[in-house]
Amino acid sequence: MLNSRRLVLAHFWFAFAGFGAALLLGEWQMFVRSPLHAWIGDPELYYRSVTAHGTTMAYVFPTLIAMGYGYFVAESALDRPLIGRRWAWAGLALVAVGTVTAIVPIALGLSTVLYTFYPPLIGSPFYYIGVVLAVVGSWIWVALMSVNLAAWKRQNPGVPVPFPMFATVAGAYLWAWTAVGAALEILFLILPVALGLRSTIDAGLARVFFSWTLHAIVYFWLMPTYIAFYTLVPRAIGGRLFSDQMGRISFILFLVVAMPIGIHHLFEDPEVGSGFKFLHSVFTALVAVPTLLTVFTICASVEIAGRLRGGKGLLGWLKVLPWRNPVMLGVAFSFIMLGFGGAGGLINMTYQLNTTIHNTQWVTGHFHLIFAGAVVIMYFIIAYDVWPHLTGRALDSLRLMRVQLWLWFIGVTVLTFPWHYVGILGMPRRMAFYDYSDPAIAAQAPWVVASVIGGAIVVLSAVLFFCVLVRGQLAPRVEPGAYRFSVAVHPPRNLPAALNGFGLWLALMVGLTVVNYGFPIANLLATPGTAVPAVLVGASR
Amino acid sequence: MNPERIISFRNKWFTYSVGLTAGIAIVSIAVGFIWLPSEQVGRPLLGFWYTICSAAGLIRVPPIHEQVVQPTYVTTRVEIVPRMLRHASAESIGRGATLALRCTMCHGVRGVSMADTPNLAGQYPTVIYKELVDFKTGARTSAIMQPLVADLTDADMRDLAAYYAYLPREPVSQSSPGEIPRIVADGAPMRGIAPCGACHGELGAKAGAPWLEGQPAVYLRTQLEGFASGARHNDIDEQMRNVARGMTQQEIDSASRYFAGRP
Repeated sequence: MLNSRRLVLAHFWFAFAGFGAALLLGEWQMFVRSPLHAWIGDPELYYRSVTAHGTTMAYVFPTLIAMGYGYFVAESALDRPLIGRRWAWAGLALVAVGTVTAIVPIALGLSTVLYTFYPPLIGSPFYYIGVVLAVVGSWIWVALMSVNLAAWKRQNPGVPVPFPMFATVAGAYLWAWTAVGAALEILFLILPVALGLRSTIDAGLARVFFSWTLHAIVYFWLMPTYIAFYTLVPRAIGGRLFSDQMGRISFILFLVVAMPIGIHHLFEDPEVGSGFKFLHSVFTALVAVPTLLTVFTICASVEIAGRLRGGKGLLGWLKVLPWRNPVMLGVAFSFIMLGFGGAGGLINMTYQLNTTIHNTQWVTGHFHLIFAGAVVIMYFIIAYDVWPHLTGRALDSLRLMRVQLWLWFIGVTVLTFPWHYVGILGMPRRMAFYDYSDPAIAAQAPWVVASVIGGAIVVLSAVLFFCVLVRGQLAPRVEPGAYRFSVAVHPPRNLPAALNGFGLWLALMVGLTVVNYGFPIANLLATPGTAVPAVLVGASR
Repeated sequence: MNPERIISFRNKWFTYSVGLTAGIAIVSIAVGFIWLPSEQVGRPLLGFWYTICSAAGLIRVPPIHEQVVQPTYVTTRVEIVPRMLRHASAESIGRGATLALRCTMCHGVRGVSMADTPNLAGQYPTVIYKELVDFKTGARTSAIMQPLVADLTDADMRDLAAYYAYLPREPVSQSSPGEIPRIVADGAPMRGIAPCGACHGELGAKAGAPWLEGQPAVYLRTQLEGFASGARHNDIDEQMRNVARGMTQQEIDSASRYFAGRP
């Protein structure tokens, strides 16, 4: 049952429109600071672009995809109309208003603080208020997901919650708790300074609060992708989900251990003790577990599809897989990029190895490989898969889709691998200007040019993506039928209560946060003399 | 499905998940707070409790009485925060005008110098205030300025800052600026030198950094050389000393000439 087509479609279009604009900004940044272009002379323009790119790609695009896909899953999986559709529209409106409120001061040069805020840099209060509005809009979605699940459970006592909804609600709860850190930072530390009520800020405490959000937010971006791995891929390639329960355990593990690990972003920060850095490093390593479980389960599910298509032997099933199916192609590319990105992540989370690549272009390469690569390519797959159900028109440009996915894979690879490499050579990130005429870095120039070319391929792929969607919009109407999710080999009939609800896992998530963050935050709050004078962006004196 | 209690020691999901999470946390804490810190080579044995507190990030006075290294010179005591000294009252500006009569010999009747000393008309109030305080405390040394500020009170210095900030900034340039030198436009990224304009206007302005256009070339060059040699050291985080040390004499000359020539 899909009643809220316009709602879901509005989320997706808004998300992809922001994505398209921010993507162009990203490629412009790559180009103007590469050896292909003379130095633009004004770093301010560059940082405006970075701030707008990051804010849109990190806060707006994935959030709207998660929200839209969440509403889609809620109606399709629970097979009942969405409760609170007006609230959902209000949430979308808040995200839209928040985005505009945040982007305008960036464009005016009043908030070039990058999306990670970087106190004691302080920008226009409207920027932060805009981000808060967008987050509040997404919290409405969290509440609606929770309400819809509860209503369904009341109607269906004792019945296992459909897995797509279980996973979606896990992602929603993860986001709700994740966003609290940045919300505390903005409301209690940054906004009072931005509004002129205070002139100093505890930058260390602010960074600790932001790390609370900063790492788990990437798992929130990952959630739609993982939901698609489990609930879309096996069905679309003609297989079965290997294990429904393994899926639930993976999402539960994300919920519990994805959150309290952000201090691995602060390995070089003096305000956090080394003991807590180690603790967070250990829990960061644990996040590999749900990812490895997922890779195992999905590979097994794909193998089932291969065997059902007559594949024989140890690897014979690989050959007979439906490689002309964009979903098959997309998940393969996503896994390859996830593999390399994940391996790079292990280096980031290791205290000693991190010192080599901390704040270098390696980090930029890492999160672009994971997010732009492994995650966003599945956002495309999600769009391709649900679009006919939203528009009532077939998407039949399969060839174009395959070309688009290939280009995206090649583009992201060519973009991010040289980034990793120059990072190892020591190239710092977030610099507006590199002097390639200096012999010390002249040798890096060809690699940077390669990255720019990779970025251009990515832009081309995005253009094709929009072509596919627009062609779909112009296609004749069809009746797509009811949306189907993957079916497990053994659909759950009798689940342990722990795998059918969230109480225990939310308690563990909050408890672990208190253990991992409680003392560092309390310690910084209690230490006097930690505030420094704020530096106002755009203030001339 | 049976109504099954989750929060119960009989539920193996509860006992295993909580036990496993707590176990991992306890082992990690033991390793991160006790074992690893005590294994660090070159770290003096400071006791069990000290090791734990240090790993937790607590700031504690070291038990051995280490001498804290003090600078051999007076450091600036002025802490500049945003929006400082804004919106001066007319009375403050008036008092400043009276006090400024003693400055006119070098800094000009209307704050525009004819004597290779800085032009003060329209300079940021925080800058004037900070330099006056630094002359008074000895953080910045000058045989001429120090006796003149010795008897100024804090309020006097704020009034002077208000007065000079109030005066209109007049375009004075003794020469043409010529082409913008590389060091001014781009800095020198490989030597960690930011473009001058990143703090001194044009590209950005940081609290405490003066605008430089039309200031006498001799004055600018002397100050850069002073920062480079360490003779001038009232930049609280050594930002100017670090920049000037990395500059060549040619870059110092060209940057000074360039700014002096800018209106």
